[in-house]
Amino acid sequence: MINSRIVITGIGLTAPNGNNLAEYRKNLVDGIANIQNLDMRYMGKVHAGVCNFDTSKYQKKKEVRNGTRAGSVAIYCSREALADSKIDWQSVDKSRVGIYIGTTEHGNVETENEVFNISQYNYDTKFWTHHHNPRTVANNPAGEVSMNMKITGPHYTIGAACAAGNAGLIQGLQMLRLNEVDIAFAGGVSESIHTFGIFAGFKSQGALAQHEDPNKASRPFDKSRNGIVVSEGGCIYTLERLEDAQARGANIIAEIVGYHLNSDAKDAVHPDSDRQSECMHSALKKADLKPENIDIVSAHATATTQGDIQECKAINKVFENCPTTYINNTKSYIGHSMGAAGALELAGNIPSFNDNIVHPSINIDELDEQCNIANLVINQPKKLSRIDTILNNSFGMLGINSALIIKRFTDT
Amino acid sequence: MTKEACKQIVLDIIAEIAPDEDLSDVKSEIKLRDQLELDSMDFLDIVMELRKKHGIEVPEDDYPQLESLDSCANYLIPKFEAVNA
Repeated sequence: MINSRIVITGIGLTAPNGNNLAEYRKNLVDGIANIQNLDMRYMGKVHAGVCNFDTSKYQKKKEVRNGTRAGSVAIYCSREALADSKIDWQSVDKSRVGIYIGTTEHGNVETENEVFNISQYNYDTKFWTHHHNPRTVANNPAGEVSMNMKITGPHYTIGAACAAGNAGLIQGLQMLRLNEVDIAFAGGVSESIHTFGIFAGFKSQGALAQHEDPNKASRPFDKSRNGIVVSEGGCIYTLERLEDAQARGANIIAEIVGYHLNSDAKDAVHPDSDRQSECMHSALKKADLKPENIDIVSAHATATTQGDIQECKAINKVFENCPTTYINNTKSYIGHSMGAAGALELAGNIPSFNDNIVHPSINIDELDEQCNIANLVINQPKKLSRIDTILNNSFGMLGINSALIIKRFTDT
Repeated sequence: MTKEACKQIVLDIIAEIAPDEDLSDVKSEIKLRDQLELDSMDFLDIVMELRKKHGIEVPEDDYPQLESLDSCANYLIPKFEAVNA
């Protein structure tokens, strides 16, 4: 069991440009971004990626009102992943199901809202809501999924900054291999566009994107990039051990064959290309693959000046002699969906196993010379003869790095 | 304030905090929890909305007074009248 192969059998997602994988994929291949201007409390106009999934599909109005946006995103994505997996839910032992959801942060939105609320009452804390603590406990998004789906197995969130989506998937994989659960709902979510603090923090850091056209604001690798577009979103996968998935005749979407997490141990915000390349190498080693075996590298690519340069250095170091490895990013379409980013960006690439298309990095008008890496797919999709492997990078503050490798499933 | 007016205030609050509930046939004499899906957090919401919207305080010992529309009216009318005096 400890060496069990772990497969993806369902995907549920909401992104600013799609509320299911087919819609999302079509927009990525067609080069369609969806970033809006929001009127942010205390700040005025900011760019943001906003999701428009139907919360009433899986929740009562009261559940939406009392819960959190991250909870609603997590419930929508988990329910969609379940539907996609075609698992016979009635017959599942719910105590053998685990929920592992990556988040960059949680609780900022709800705390800011309550501080604003009591400011209307002269800061009298007797007007502070009793919903505050259940909304802000760190396990909230996963706990809301547990209550909504009546899952009695373990549920918790994995705080891993913007590497959290990958980290959620890795946690799910590990718990399946440890035989703690039989089914894992794993991935990441973000509600970060509802907190002014995230925007204000990036702005003070000089890392908040600004462009007259919001759809051109997120421009990783472009010379004129000027920071991050904050987005909400979510992507949850149904993970199973291969033997269980095959026993029920599941449609196997892909296999997770390698992963790694490491730390820079150096700086709170500045990335370290050496540790990033080390992370990719370690993931390749676990997957028993060589760099040239990777068809697509899905770059983290936040569109900060230093972030992109450091990642390109790291990618160059690992893939410099790999003429059939292509590089892209997804943040140029949807912005930075924070805790959901890793999981969402991986999902956007998975249909390439069927259509053999690498969706491009858009919004590159003038490539930054320091981001001029070989085989970067720019502005137009690239059709390959076959795509079998994807390496998905996701990095975060405090120097956390993650790389996840998935492979087209073959029963050998 | 009439009893009906007070009950309507309570129903308006319930409509806001429990928007899935059908409030068209709520019986005044029957416990709210016996005819609607309301839990302890919802009753705290009612207490909070009375405080925010109407300046009325309901001490914890008096929470049982909110169990039905009739008991709400009996308990709250003097408080409304005191606030509006």
